[in-house]
Amino acid sequence: MNPYNYLYVAGLLFTIGAVGVVVRRNAIVVFMCVELMLNAANLTLVTFARINGTLDGQVVAFFTMVVAACEVVVGLAIIVTIYRSRRSASIDDASLLKR
Amino acid sequence: MLTIQTPEAVMFWVLAPVAVLASLGMLLVKKAVHSALLLAWVMITLAIFYIAQDALFLGIVQIVVYTGAVMMLFLFILMLVGVDASDSLTETIPGLRPIAITAAVGFGGLLVSLIGRATLGHGAVGLDTANGAGNVQALAKLLFSTYVWPFEVVSALLITAALGAMVLAHHQRTVARPTQREQAIARFRGESLGSAAGLPNPGVFARHNAVDVPALLPDGTAAPNSISATLKARGDMLDSAQFELGEVDNTVTEEK
Repeated sequence: MNPYNYLYVAGLLFTIGAVGVVVRRNAIVVFMCVELMLNAANLTLVTFARINGTLDGQVVAFFTMVVAACEVVVGLAIIVTIYRSRRSASIDDASLLKR
Repeated sequence: MLTIQTPEAVMFWVLAPVAVLASLGMLLVKKAVHSALLLAWVMITLAIFYIAQDALFLGIVQIVVYTGAVMMLFLFILMLVGVDASDSLTETIPGLRPIAITAAVGFGGLLVSLIGRATLGHGAVGLDTANGAGNVQALAKLLFSTYVWPFEVVSALLITAALGAMVLAHHQRTVARPTQREQAIARFRGESLGSAAGLPNPGVFARHNAVDVPALLPDGTAAPNSISATLKARGDMLDSAQFELGEVDNTVTEEK
């Protein structure tokens, strides 16, 4: 086994997360799929840090985690705000501008 | 040169399929809470991967921040928002699912073949020298020297996000909250007097009085508005017919 196998897992997780973003309708599940994609990217960064023998990848993964935490806070606040005015967490319902 | 020991290989071949299966399950399960639990499991698996790859600090941060804080926040919001029609798995845009799956297979195949063909020009080095003084110490040295400016910017971003969440969640009433008296008057002046005296209580008299059993109307049918709409949407509703009293037992005499 070589460390490249972790990259394959990260690629699969990223793809599955992308499908979830497209297919699911619940805004919270869509958001969780975005988190899965971010985590897959982090796994890639950590694996490349190990392959290259420098810690820069780990530092960038650390920054990604902080940005993901910010994103969760703001995103969930947006979902709650939409839910409060629309009584629905479905992403298909928030298309009022189209009609 | 990096050589991977057998325990790590065993760990990888056990946990990697489980992580991929759990993330697939995330897409396929109906309830959002189950998705959240599966995602938490994927995140724990990734934390184990980080620790196995000499990223001890990131592994601990992954557990504390992601499975601890972020997933709890997700579950908290799920409880707040409840369940609604968006949990169903039906397609709203026709043909979206086959297109998404085809695109995903293409994209995944591209990624996998790309990783399979790519070469860095050197073998895997490993972090034994970089982590010489300890992972946390080495990371701290990098973070507070080379990456000190991004670190400051990220702290500003965190404060902005906290402020943004407070602004978004802040809710100012434009009209005064209706008092109990006003609510009662509105009920009686409404279109029908059917619910003027309040909605019926759940439960079947003397047999089962839990909140998940709808009350029985005089004609023997279940009263749909006697149980909470959330329980109905979740499908946690029992049939009240099984608690119906078949025939009245007349043999018991009244005791003086």
